[in-house]
Amino acid sequence: MDRDEIAIEFRDVSFALSSGRTLLSHLNLQVDRGETLVLLGRSGSGKTTTMRLINRLIDPTAGEVIVNGKPTVDWDPIQLRRRIGYVIQEIGLFPHLTIEQNIGVVPRLEGWEPERIRLRARQLLTLIGLDADRFADRYPRELSGGQRQRIGVARALAADPPVILLDEPFGALDPITRRDIQQEFKNLQQELGKTMVFVTHDIAEAFVLGNRIGLLKDGEMVLLGAPADLLESNHPEARAFAGCFNDGQAIGSPA
Amino acid sequence: MTLFDFFANNRREFVELVAEHLFLVIMSTGIAVLIGVPLGILLTRRPALSKPILGFANIMQTVPSLALFGFLIPLNIYLFQYKIVGGIGARTAIVALVLYSLLPIIRNTFTGISNVDPAIRDAGRGMGMTDRQLLFQVELPLALAVILAGVRVATVICVGTATIAAAIDAGGLGRYIFRGLRANDNILILAGAVPAALIALGADLLLGYFEKTVQLGAGAHAKSKKLLWAAALIVLLFLGGMYFLTGKNAGRIAVGSKDFTEQVILGEIVAQTIEAKTAAQPERRFDLGGNLAHDALVGGEIDLYVEYTGTGLLAILKEKPIADPQEVYRRVQTEYAKRFGVEWTEPLGFNNTFAILVRGDDAKKLKLKTVSDAAKVSARWRAGFGQDFMSRADGYPGFAKTYGFHFQEIREMDLSLTYRALAEQQVDLIAGNSTDGLIARYGLTQLEDDRHYFPPYDAVPVVRHAALEKYPGLRDALKQLGGILTVDEMRKLNYAVDGEKRQAKDVVREFLNAKGLIR
Repeated sequence: MDRDEIAIEFRDVSFALSSGRTLLSHLNLQVDRGETLVLLGRSGSGKTTTMRLINRLIDPTAGEVIVNGKPTVDWDPIQLRRRIGYVIQEIGLFPHLTIEQNIGVVPRLEGWEPERIRLRARQLLTLIGLDADRFADRYPRELSGGQRQRIGVARALAADPPVILLDEPFGALDPITRRDIQQEFKNLQQELGKTMVFVTHDIAEAFVLGNRIGLLKDGEMVLLGAPADLLESNHPEARAFAGCFNDGQAIGSPA
Repeated sequence: MTLFDFFANNRREFVELVAEHLFLVIMSTGIAVLIGVPLGILLTRRPALSKPILGFANIMQTVPSLALFGFLIPLNIYLFQYKIVGGIGARTAIVALVLYSLLPIIRNTFTGISNVDPAIRDAGRGMGMTDRQLLFQVELPLALAVILAGVRVATVICVGTATIAAAIDAGGLGRYIFRGLRANDNILILAGAVPAALIALGADLLLGYFEKTVQLGAGAHAKSKKLLWAAALIVLLFLGGMYFLTGKNAGRIAVGSKDFTEQVILGEIVAQTIEAKTAAQPERRFDLGGNLAHDALVGGEIDLYVEYTGTGLLAILKEKPIADPQEVYRRVQTEYAKRFGVEWTEPLGFNNTFAILVRGDDAKKLKLKTVSDAAKVSARWRAGFGQDFMSRADGYPGFAKTYGFHFQEIREMDLSLTYRALAEQQVDLIAGNSTDGLIARYGLTQLEDDRHYFPPYDAVPVVRHAALEKYPGLRDALKQLGGILTVDEMRKLNYAVDGEKRQAKDVVREFLNAKGLIR
């Protein structure tokens, strides 16, 4: 494959804490441009660690993570992070800033004109289906969980980064809101064509959103392939997750 | 007289003292914020430093304030041509107050920032904020309420501690409290203590309000920001005004005094004489505690004050006691000229020696005339002595040895409180001053120093040579004060202030008028 088509590449990457505990070992993977890769696994399987290696919140202890053809350790971390949208587990909206200001954080760091930031924030609010006039001047704690989560996504999109990392963004939502927002997000994904790495422990979510799924267990990638590959795999971890998926389908079906 | 009457009668002075007090508190807390917040931030970046820095701030808070003042006064540290530490006055008081207020500010800044939700910090870093941007755009705004809580604690500490700053002529409401303690005047004590408490309460409420609005964040945020700016502006105007007012004092003859009534009266006598007899204006820097008056004179902070020959010989020059008054005077005059560039001018005429005092009834009942008489019957007595008497060369240890005293108990307390303690039978013998007006008021009897233990303490103005050269009329003016006061007159003046609660200024004006020195 053409090198330019690869947005993110892990080459034999390991990460260990200074205490010596290994969180990730010998990880190899590639994420193509425009693709959504879902990292699936239980808590503590190394999903979040993988994500933090991409925007250089941590450096690998062995191997290389390559973003846009350049190892992360050669990137200026600030420049690198501003090109990568980031949505985290607890959303991380700034409680002291309005919705508009929250969305405008990265553009402001990048020195955009105030008027341009305002227009962009409103445009994004509309894009995620929130009324800009009603929400722009509110504060995060005045919003519902689902609304806050949408804002988190809008904030990651604000400076139009080519890559977006999402770390269990919909984890704290009720199942109905969650299904709605997943659907909206899928539409958005198709519309925008961004490269995305999406972390979840929910196999249904992985199936809805992922072009490919990487299954992690105890810091190792046990399977990397299309959703169908996961259902057919004989690996015990894959079977465990596939089992959950089938149960969910069975309970959910009207039969 | 009620507290209310007192405020009505002394409105101008009261307002001045409140302004001085506020000046001390605002300056100190302001500087403490400028130092403490950056230090607190540094600690979040270098946690290894938190032990030594917080430890230092902790220790500073445990140092008694008077001890800290005493330690700072002789330091004399300069930044370029500006003296930043040392000497008497507001400068040193502010340094001490800053040291006291640092701990809560550093600690709260550190805790406030450390307690910011890690997810929020992570989001900021993940979006590409530099350390600086994270600090100013995320951490500080979120920690603001906690930091303000620290500032609030620091301010309240400052308001309280600033009362003690009066001991080093930094002004403030402490002046009333010290004066009141000295004169056994509860109204005067309350006149200082109540407004200080109200200021503390007000500061607590105001900063508590800011803290709350900041905590609410959101809509209140913009409003509180405006309020904070307005408050900052008022504070700046106030400080500017104070600076303007205090800056006018240059070029005046600075007259000092120690911190008891007689000294304030003598300081007032000198000051009013200067006013009447020279072209220069006096600047009064009274109420300097302990040996501060001497330190201030040698340091050039004041130009003159009234010292006692015996004190100069024993406490300052640290020489052996001499019994002959003439001899003592000659001795201090030569040594002061040589060592400090200070001249002893004409003696004022009276000798204020230690007076060993007992209750009048006891003296009558036990037929006590001399200190030796008392020594014989004192086995079960309790004595009350001021800190000064306990520690000085011509004080308690030699006194007890000379007369063979063995008290059942010695209670060390503020000199002004010993008179009351004696009158109220809490102690049986005290060492007061022979000129003290309270001797007559409480009906006390002075015992004769039959073994001539106490050296002579003739009151004499001591002046810096530099001041005598700079103000030509000064020497002549002081000469006219030679022999102006007898012990009896001094005791009367003291009683007029301590006993009759009159203003030293008025009492002195009448006295100098009667003597024909002023009109």
